[in-house]
Amino acid sequence: MSDAPLAGQRSRSLEDTPVRVVSARVSLTTRLGNVWSRRELLLGLIISDIRIKYKNSTLGLFWSMVAPAFTLGVYFLVFNVFLKNGYPNFVIYLFSGLIVWNMFQSSIITATGVIVDRAALVKKVSFPREILALSNVGAAVVYFFAQLLVLVIVVGALGHAPAWKFMLILPISFISLCLLTSALGIVLSAINVYLRDMRHLIEVFLQLWFYMTPIVYSYEHAIAPHLQIRGITWVYFLNPLTLIVVTFQRVFYVNTIVHSTVAPHPIIDVLPTWSFDRFLILNALLLGVALVAFFIAEAIFGRLEGEFESEL
Amino acid sequence: MTTVIEVEGVSKKFKIHHERHQSLKERLLHPRSGTTEVFDALQSINFTVGEGETLGIVGHNGSGKSTLLKCICGVLKPTTGEIRLRGNLAALLELGAGFQTELSGRDNVYLYGAMLGLSRKAVDGIFDDVVAFSEIGQFIDTQVKFYSSGMYVRLAFAVAVNVDPDILVVDEVLSVGDERFQAKCVDRIMRFQQEGRTILLVTHNADQVRALCDRAIVLDRGEMIADGPTRDSLRIFREHLLADAVEHDPSHLLGTVHIESVSTPSGSFEVKSGAGLHLDVSVVSQTAYSGNFVMELFTHNGLLVSRSDAQGAPVNLLPGHNHVAVDLGQIPLLDGVYNLNVGIVDPRGHNVIAWSERAATIQVTYDGREGGIVELGATIRQQ
Ligand SMILES: Nc1ncnc2c1ncn2[C@@H]1O[C@H](COP(=O)(O)OP(=O)(O)OP(=O)(O)O)[C@@H](O)[C@H]1O
Ligand SMILES: [Mg+2]
Repeated sequence: MSDAPLAGQRSRSLEDTPVRVVSARVSLTTRLGNVWSRRELLLGLIISDIRIKYKNSTLGLFWSMVAPAFTLGVYFLVFNVFLKNGYPNFVIYLFSGLIVWNMFQSSIITATGVIVDRAALVKKVSFPREILALSNVGAAVVYFFAQLLVLVIVVGALGHAPAWKFMLILPISFISLCLLTSALGIVLSAINVYLRDMRHLIEVFLQLWFYMTPIVYSYEHAIAPHLQIRGITWVYFLNPLTLIVVTFQRVFYVNTIVHSTVAPHPIIDVLPTWSFDRFLILNALLLGVALVAFFIAEAIFGRLEGEFESEL
Repeated sequence: MTTVIEVEGVSKKFKIHHERHQSLKERLLHPRSGTTEVFDALQSINFTVGEGETLGIVGHNGSGKSTLLKCICGVLKPTTGEIRLRGNLAALLELGAGFQTELSGRDNVYLYGAMLGLSRKAVDGIFDDVVAFSEIGQFIDTQVKFYSSGMYVRLAFAVAVNVDPDILVVDEVLSVGDERFQAKCVDRIMRFQQEGRTILLVTHNADQVRALCDRAIVLDRGEMIADGPTRDSLRIFREHLLADAVEHDPSHLLGTVHIESVSTPSGSFEVKSGAGLHLDVSVVSQTAYSGNFVMELFTHNGLLVSRSDAQGAPVNLLPGHNHVAVDLGQIPLLDGVYNLNVGIVDPRGHNVIAWSERAATIQVTYDGREGGIVELGATIRQQ
């Protein structure tokens, strides 16, 4: 190289750089530390994920809105117009649950296949592999915020005031959502290496999960009465998404009790009438559960990762 | 010298699944099918590499070279043992970097930079150098899926050498680019050497190992059979290959011919530059055989000066002692110590029948004004 500087000894001395160790067993804290230290890579992967998805479209993020808008329209037609569920402002109710669901579903579906899809990379470059699944969750978070923005606009356009006080709980709920989604995504991405049809299985399972989450119907109205008789309302909250979805609905839909739009206009209990404190405590508990789930997922991933080399 | 890489008792076992079903459906349908075998790809490897050393790793196909490099880079975890590293490492493992083919070269440079641990800003800083080195030109904004395999590797190599690594790990990539790019890569590696960086190099090109490495280790079926100066390791490797070939020799020729010694009439291997040298190679053969005679001359730091053979005229060996005469008419070499390898290969040049590495060491003395290896005898005058 003609323009190269004259070669000479580099000033950097390796004498006092720390020693890195490659060995069979890695502790959980080291794993988490490794992931954290590569956050810049995570960001890069998220950006490239979004780029690839919209490579050939100038409208970029716009397309991430079209599919959700279409689903929203379909559910609105089916449940509010044809089945006449009678919830006033049903769009807002539906939308506040759907943004949570969309984030969960798209993360899980993409993350499940990601390690198999990126096998070439996994076999050539060293980095914490769970970052691949996390990057799918990260991309879904970006779409989530785009949809949240639209939701806020819709809420404003309909002259509907959100529950400002409850909004304080929203970040907790959202972080739980991210942690739970990541936990499940990480584990499924590893399992899919061993059982390649996991991807199809999970798509079917997600459909079931969708209807077990009160998004297109109301938990308080349709489910709670049946469970209350038997004293087992907690069963429905074993699905961690229920609490998150209900919290989002409480914030944006606000009204716990409404008059049906369908004659004879009976009263409907749409949302639980819990106090702010109750919402806060439940969400704090869920956050704790989500954190534990994330650690467990990391530990499981660490176990499964060791055998990737003979499966990819 | 600071130890930069320390490989201690590293073994790697692979599980090889035969007829393994990779879906839940198939596993449910055939719960007991498929057997699993454990394969030892590396067996308790120990060595250390000091700061600024260039280590070559040689061995035949499947001997575990790439596996060893992958363990050092952390792509694979050793089954037992430990590897300790100091400083940051950039690696180019077997053909490329796992680029995202849907993305442009530019996006991939940023992504690959991030993989190697660089911030976006840091990649901004080296981006122009990377593009210049890779000579990709305007293709940098084309999707990588439209790159030729050479372009792909050039871009990957350009990133790896521009990230300012303390340790550079290269697995056979040097053999992919065209000749000019290869020369450029070798140049860059030499510059890294002068800068005191540590380099691990896997290549099947023995000349490259000789030219670039101070030290080499030899792997054979997962075991390390040599660790020492490049010359010695390569000699062990060649002898080993030969021994290996004897086992798989259909015509049972190998091992029947042996190069016993190389001598000169005077017994001295010192020669004045420009003078001639007569060598007498004594060969013992068990059968009658006619093959091609080959000789190689290297400088003492491993540069090939000349490789020549009997020009198509076979040497006809008879059972017993044979003598082959090698006449070096005029040796145009300058001052220095030169190593001579001699061997006998089959007439088509496919198989080495007998080989003697460093069969003789020739000392050339020269008292003219020229410097380098060879005397050109240029005359320079003003017109
Ligand atoms: N993921 C894997 N699963 C099972 N066996 C493997 C795996 N990777 C490598 N091997 C085996 O380990 C052995 C060593 O392979 P490796 O790639 O290290 O060889 P190499 O020395 O680099 O060979 P080459 O000169 O062909 O590049 C081979 O026998 C190979 O089949
Ligand atoms: Mg290899």
